[in-house]
Amino acid sequence: MTGSLPWRAWRGWLVPVLLPAINLGLALLLSAIVVVLIGESPLRALRLLVSGAFGNAEALGYTLYYATNFIFTGLAVAVAFHGGLFNIGAEGQAYIGGLVVALLCLGAGGWPTVLVIPVAIAAAALGGAAWAFVPAWLQARRGSHVVITTIMFNFIASALMTHLLVNVLIKPGQQSPETREFAASTWMPQLHDLARAAGWEIGRSPVNLSLVLALAVGGLVWLYLWHTRWGYELRALGHNETAAIYGGIQPARIVIVAMCVSGALAGLMSLNEVMGVQHRLLLNFPGGAGYVGIAVALMGRNHPAGIVIAAVLFGALYQGGSELSFDMPKLTRDMVVVIQGLIILVCGALENALRAPLDALVRRGARGAVVTGSTP
Amino acid sequence: MSDPVLLLALLAAATARGAVPLALAALGGLFAERSGIVDIGLEGKMLASAFAAAATAAVTGSAWAGLAAGIAAAVLVGLVHGFACITHHGNQVVSGMALNITISGLTVVLGYAWFHEGGQTPLLGPGARFGPMELPGVAAVGAIPGLGLVYREVVSGHNLLVYIAAVAVPVVAWIVYRTRFGLRLRAVGESPGAVDTAGISVSGVRYRALAASGVLCGLSGAYLSIAHNASFIRDMSAGKGYLALAALIFGQWRPLPTLGACVLFAFADVVQARLQGTPLPVVGVVPVQLIQAIPYVLTVLLLAGFVGRAVAPRAIGVPYIKER
Repeated sequence: MTGSLPWRAWRGWLVPVLLPAINLGLALLLSAIVVVLIGESPLRALRLLVSGAFGNAEALGYTLYYATNFIFTGLAVAVAFHGGLFNIGAEGQAYIGGLVVALLCLGAGGWPTVLVIPVAIAAAALGGAAWAFVPAWLQARRGSHVVITTIMFNFIASALMTHLLVNVLIKPGQQSPETREFAASTWMPQLHDLARAAGWEIGRSPVNLSLVLALAVGGLVWLYLWHTRWGYELRALGHNETAAIYGGIQPARIVIVAMCVSGALAGLMSLNEVMGVQHRLLLNFPGGAGYVGIAVALMGRNHPAGIVIAAVLFGALYQGGSELSFDMPKLTRDMVVVIQGLIILVCGALENALRAPLDALVRRGARGAVVTGSTP
Repeated sequence: MSDPVLLLALLAAATARGAVPLALAALGGLFAERSGIVDIGLEGKMLASAFAAAATAAVTGSAWAGLAAGIAAAVLVGLVHGFACITHHGNQVVSGMALNITISGLTVVLGYAWFHEGGQTPLLGPGARFGPMELPGVAAVGAIPGLGLVYREVVSGHNLLVYIAAVAVPVVAWIVYRTRFGLRLRAVGESPGAVDTAGISVSGVRYRALAASGVLCGLSGAYLSIAHNASFIRDMSAGKGYLALAALIFGQWRPLPTLGACVLFAFADVVQARLQGTPLPVVGVVPVQLIQAIPYVLTVLLLAGFVGRAVAPRAIGVPYIKER
């Protein structure tokens, strides 16, 4: 047994670090059972998945491209979580953010890229925030539960976008519901192009400047949550609403601000997809990233640093999963959705199941240490 | 026979067929939510049941085996939800979402691996699904003008699960309002502490509520894959679980108004399918997506208190932690 001092230092971070790792292991174990059920080798699947996600520069680029989406949606869900709000609507908010970005890009064909990018960032954030504002206002002022209203708003967004893409924004003379391609000056610069300009050759992949933006925004979210008054009030509200109100915090205002920030973060995700990769507005372009955000936020324990790590993990799952389905045709890409769901289940819904025994184990370890060391 | 009357009868029959899966799932959700457990997992339970029912019916060739498997699958999902939310006090919304996502992937993965038809299950023959039933006396009653048409086109000619759904509504209302279990169910959703003080297990009541929800969602999912259709198709619940949840809220967690909401939502869907591209007087062509969005918009308006007031069970979403 180690001395008491290291143990007491350990106890602070042992659970927050060990618990997600154990939970992830458990989720992967459950996934492995599914793989066995199908009649494939889980170890071989894992090896293919990892090499498919990180095996070469191009694969890594794809992993980071997917991760960019998930950083944005993960941050979106996490900000709301800190206030005790569950934003299931990141999907719809990203969708509407994409609409605003697409309208901007379609109209701003003649603008220089350096002007388009900041305006598009503002547009995406505004679109997402606007779509989150209504559920936020309804929660704050009318007491309508934000979980249900954001689900409803996902469906409303989906109906609205289908209508717009099928009847209004569709490129004339074509069947598939999508807009025309944007002018090249409105595309988000690809990282490999930027790297080449700097005299550095990296593999071609869709990862673009949005990744840098996502990391920067992660830093801003950290500042907002832990170094601003608004962030403090939000966390206070999430911890104990009664105490927060007693302390003079006005919940309604905080809820609206937090949900709008959350919606804005989800909206930013569209920069990566619409401006960075597709260069046109496609039907259902968020492709479930809003829901992945829930898993990412839970896995990353609602901290920006954790969210970036979890987003890369999920990016690897998405990229590795599509490579995997080439080599193991029996395993479709939907396996990734299964893993994602199991991670939400184990890290989110069942987090208490393992926390108590782990806490007890750590406490027993500490007690053992106390015997050999000083008083606790 | 006048054409508009026949058209109305056909619309009514189509509405009934559309309302059945919603009503069954919503009644399931009613048990769970009245006991204080948020049941966002209706969608997942429906989908799990649809897959299990179609897969079992395809392998065994028996619709009844399929129905049993569907119900078992949905109950199992409900019990996992209970394990997370009741036993381990997990977040009920997170658990429901997790199950929905897991099942939407798992059904396709297993379907693809087992049946090699791109995530679908094989097409079911007549014995392996619940086909339309002709009610007794159609020939006799059908001859009566007016009433006969309604009986022949609207009441008769559905599959068994439609009639089960019709019976389920009064049965659920009776259980919830007239039995001891129903009283305990409602009490647990309003004030679990009081129920616990009376010596009744809060967890026990909630687990039973989730099991009941599973049975009804199982019927709903089986309806989709082995009665209304003849195979499982990926994501075939297509948001119906969420729509059922909306109907439950719209019906203010009461059986009859919930059924009303399901019929309303199903009718909106039937009208939407009928109106595709047909211009209406005064307003012209209404985009179908606008009609599709109506149930969701109505639910939001209701939740906001602009049309009526939705008062949820008091203890909903709050894990009950027994004091030591």
